Amino acid sequence: MAILNNKITPDQIYNVANRIRIRVLEHTIKNKGGYLSQACSSAEIFATLYTAVLNLGKVEKPLVPKLFSGIPGPFNANYSTGAYFNGPNAPEYDRFFLSPSQYSLILYATLIEVGRMAQEALDYFNVDGSSVEMIGAEHSPGMEIMSGSLGQAISQAAGIAMARKIKKEKGRVVLFLSDGECQPGQFWEAVQIISFYRLDNIIAYVDANGYQADGKMANVMNIEPLEKRLEAFGARVFRVNGHNVEILYALSRLEPDGRPTFIICDTDPSRGIEILKRRIPKLHYVRFSSTDEILQYKEELEKMKSNMKT
Amino acid sequence: MEILSRVHANNLVRWAKDRPSVCVLSADLTGSTEIDLFRDTYPDRFFSMGIAEQNMLSFAGGLTREGFIPFVHTFAVFIYRRAYDQIAMSIAYPNLRVRMFGFLPGVTTPGGATHQALEDISVMRSLPNMTILECGDATDVETILDVTEKIEGPVYIRMLRGEIPRLFPKNEPMQLGKPRKLSEGKDILILSSGICTEEAMRAVLALKSKGVTVSHMHISTLKPFENDEVLKEIASSKYGVITIENHTIIGGLGTIVAEKMAEEGIGKKLIRLGIKDTFMHGASKKYLMKEYGIDAMSLIYNVEKLVGQKFNISEEELQEAFVANLHSKAKPEAL
Repeated sequence: MAILNNKITPDQIYNVANRIRIRVLEHTIKNKGGYLSQACSSAEIFATLYTAVLNLGKVEKPLVPKLFSGIPGPFNANYSTGAYFNGPNAPEYDRFFLSPSQYSLILYATLIEVGRMAQEALDYFNVDGSSVEMIGAEHSPGMEIMSGSLGQAISQAAGIAMARKIKKEKGRVVLFLSDGECQPGQFWEAVQIISFYRLDNIIAYVDANGYQADGKMANVMNIEPLEKRLEAFGARVFRVNGHNVEILYALSRLEPDGRPTFIICDTDPSRGIEILKRRIPKLHYVRFSSTDEILQYKEELEKMKSNMKT
Repeated sequence: MEILSRVHANNLVRWAKDRPSVCVLSADLTGSTEIDLFRDTYPDRFFSMGIAEQNMLSFAGGLTREGFIPFVHTFAVFIYRRAYDQIAMSIAYPNLRVRMFGFLPGVTTPGGATHQALEDISVMRSLPNMTILECGDATDVETILDVTEKIEGPVYIRMLRGEIPRLFPKNEPMQLGKPRKLSEGKDILILSSGICTEEAMRAVLALKSKGVTVSHMHISTLKPFENDEVLKEIASSKYGVITIENHTIIGGLGTIVAEKMAEEGIGKKLIRLGIKDTFMHGASKKYLMKEYGIDAMSLIYNVEKLVGQKFNISEEELQEAFVANLHSKAKPEAL
């Protein structure tokens, strides 16, 4: 099997992806609810990003998140964002931005699986006074900007990418986007200027799992054909199987050509946890309705765990 | 009175010369917000963002995080009405040094309701970390950039353009949090902001000739508003205080003063002159100021009300107010 990026094989990345799913499922069972379908659709994307795609500074040992220490402002000198989980900031390093912070749990799980965050950090998920928030803010682990108001992260990332171009920094701006957030106008305003200013240091992975809070996107508000729309806006677009880690990795190695790169990752929001299909089309947030259902998911979890061992 | 033309256009180019981190963002209103000279002088630091304000404000946040200081220029309405969530989350929350220049505040545009920023102070003031400044004359415009330099977080500025009178001495710069004392007196305190200060100055002159002594202060820092001097003046005024502003009376200068008076337990009468909870329509500045009661005559009527005495001051007696020619050379091609 080929070794990607001189350090990891595809099988190892698939293992990371499956461990992300297991960790999120475990957590969802424990909390009787969670953003489970997002883990199913995006596990391979996050695993590939953090093991092979992103060029990030090292973190010496798994870090324990700081408590929430107040908002940025004139009276908070000790404030820091959650970017310390991505290592030190330097011109040659990539910068990663999670745009839909509804995926925070998946990012947290990823940080644990790649050894950047201590696993007990998830015990602080959604706990009062913790920075490991349910819908993360810029102080949450792995995060650096305010991104949960959908459509804003890509514009902020564009400003950062523009500044990095001016400063002639080598590091890229890597974005994780969801498909639902391609609906608001600001997203298209941003794509318009990214393409106009030839910000080819931006590479965006879009988790196209086809679902949003109200249900199937095709029924709520259609955005397809997304690849044609993005191409018409001047982007370099690839539409791929979002569960294929080799493809996800290979596309991150392309030489910049003046256009921003968008990788539309077609994904399955029940991938790896088939019983989630019973909940279609309401997949955005899974809240278990009965102890019976919890038992079913516990069974599923045990199956996934034993599959990992073999 | 000295009338100056394109004050911001020239001042910005001069001021930004040795400040390479300052860049300018435009939303298709480059001529109308007097940044054409900056564009031509420093093309590498000028970013055309198109008519796409939400992206522009978030983008400015991104630039700031990398060490740049974006000066966002467009009409005031298009900053706070179109991009409020973006200002809140991409700029104010992270306390970033973005400077937002809101042109055509209140009645200063004939563009009608779509172009008249009448509640900008009110909504921007509610944002944590935000500083709000307003210019009242050419000296304010010439010196406001120095004021912003000391402010770590975001700043929203109600800016003036075109032909602007000089009301304050050229060598007395605007200062953060410090009102300008324009007249001393014990009977009444008048607090004015923006273009209403010129009106108030005319009214004060006329009132003085009738024996009313008026204390008059020009307020250019709307937030933060921590000012013992103003509160002392209110407390010691014989009849009370009148605020006059080119803004809705809900959430602007009048509200700010009311909040402070209530908190400090200052039991004086307060009259708030401003746009009284209504949208406006397209007409000249002079016409609208009269219609909505934020001109010198309206101020005089209200002083009479407070004092309980008629002064019989006619409009002719008031010093001729400066009225900019709608199509003067200092005005851009369109609005």
